[in-house]
Amino acid sequence: MFLQQVINSLMIGSLYALTAMGATLIYGILGILDIANAGAYLLGAYVGYYVYQATGQLILAFLIAMTAIGLFGVILHRAVYGPILAKPRMLSIIPLVAAVGLFTLSSDAVRLLCGAGTKAYNFRFSTDVLHLGSVSIQTTWVLIFALTALLLAVLWFILNKTKMGLAWRATAEDPDIAKACGVNTNSAMALSYVLGYGFAAAAGIMTGILYNSITPALGEVPSYKMLAIIVLGGLGNPLGTVVAGLIIGFAEVMLSTYTQIPIPKDAIAFVVLIIVLLIKPAGLFGQRNKV
Amino acid sequence: MGAYVYSIGATAAIFILLALSLNIITGYAGQAMMGHAAFFGLGAYTAAILTQTYGVNFFVALLLSMLVTGACGALLGLISLRLQADFLAITTIGINFVMVALFNNLSITGGSLGLTIVKPTLFGVKMGNRQFFWLTLILIVVLCLLIVKMRRSWFGMALASINNDAGAARSFGIDVSRYQILTFIIGTAIAGLAGGIYSHRMGYICSSDFAFVISIQILSMVVIGGIGTIRGPILGALLLTFLPEVLRFADDYRSLVYGALLVLMVRFMPSGLIGDNSPLVIGCKKLTGKLFAKKGGQKA
Repeated sequence: MFLQQVINSLMIGSLYALTAMGATLIYGILGILDIANAGAYLLGAYVGYYVYQATGQLILAFLIAMTAIGLFGVILHRAVYGPILAKPRMLSIIPLVAAVGLFTLSSDAVRLLCGAGTKAYNFRFSTDVLHLGSVSIQTTWVLIFALTALLLAVLWFILNKTKMGLAWRATAEDPDIAKACGVNTNSAMALSYVLGYGFAAAAGIMTGILYNSITPALGEVPSYKMLAIIVLGGLGNPLGTVVAGLIIGFAEVMLSTYTQIPIPKDAIAFVVLIIVLLIKPAGLFGQRNKV
Repeated sequence: MGAYVYSIGATAAIFILLALSLNIITGYAGQAMMGHAAFFGLGAYTAAILTQTYGVNFFVALLLSMLVTGACGALLGLISLRLQADFLAITTIGINFVMVALFNNLSITGGSLGLTIVKPTLFGVKMGNRQFFWLTLILIVVLCLLIVKMRRSWFGMALASINNDAGAARSFGIDVSRYQILTFIIGTAIAGLAGGIYSHRMGYICSSDFAFVISIQILSMVVIGGIGTIRGPILGALLLTFLPEVLRFADDYRSLVYGALLVLMVRFMPSGLIGDNSPLVIGCKKLTGKLFAKKGGQKA
């Protein structure tokens, strides 16, 4: 029983980590809390759905959705975020309002274009559930866990082993200095959006497969929960986000299984967040005094 | 005025109070407050429980709910001292969600059934939309006068300096922490007052009345109108209360228009419709400036 819960937590936690990774990458470079990333998650789930229904190829659905939404992110950055951030003396709350507007816009556009009803991916393996001793795991969970691990490994490789990744890390450290050293900060920002929105799209498709239903309201819970996760991980720290996603996954599964707290599952992330911030004001893996 | 106008007017008036109070925290002190509806709700439930369960007079209950929300605001102010802008924004979002979850699950707040409130009487008359409208309007006028006075006082100037550069303000010997906590107390206490009026006017409240969406709505009012001014939040609150009524024929596209409006405003007019430095205000100033210059020329 307990082992089963541990595995459930691990699965949910890894999906959370992937969902929040996009917002982390964008925060790392641009320093904005991109709630609109949940819009990319929703759009990704729908694009993936239509591609999968048309072709029957899940891999193709992932590739097309991630590329399309990633490019969409770059356009969004050029058209909306870039000009807003370029304005001098801007209040920190302004980009957040833009992100909320974009998120509302994308959810409602999906509702109007694709209908308010639920759609089912109907993706199935030949065996539904794997039994390992007393523990049983859904096959789709295994797929999602493997894909998440793969995507995170690819991300780690891009950020740490490629020249692009080096430019990204330099820009995240200090955009002005990076620019002075000849780093193309614009392409680093574009990379943030391609990866950030692409990852969100992938997470959307996985959620769609897992719960076998997508609705235009799919992005609502992730829109705030991903914020809690990226803050817990120290804002803009990819490794911290993975750990924070797992922590929230464990906290949700364990608290709702073994205790009787009068708080719904989706609010637990924020209870954990508030407690952690009171003890460590810069998040679990944040640098202090980085003003 | 007809009953319909009073009904929308009363709603608009309550949102003007909320927008003005959020503007004190976000506009004047520059603190990222994303969970204003939590304090709105806290005031609403406190006042409702006081009048319904304990039989407290409506106006006394309003004062007490201001005290309660102000005290919670002080707590948030203390927390805000430890957190940087983005962390504070998310913490306040979190407070909003946790608060709504508590409203929805505690027995004292009626759980998911909400609370039903008997409308109070004023001079023997049962208060309706008309009375609530005038009461809130008076409060708005008083609040505006107080804000004007505050802006010219030492407190207001200290806030402006903190908003410009907290580090520099501290080096001038301004007690940043004290003023920051004070703005949180004032802003949240007024939100609590608005909540108390809201619950007694509606006659029924439930947790979803104070959801995160409402916080965003209040924030949008402040940003669309013009952050950091008095006229801005008032215009923003009026626009966003009346716009849905006007757009009723296009009910299906309401959220779409709302989202698009937010993005376009922030993208092209980040200082709001009639905020300081907005194209509209600068244009008007130029126009009046020209007129005055002409008059001056004639005199000379």
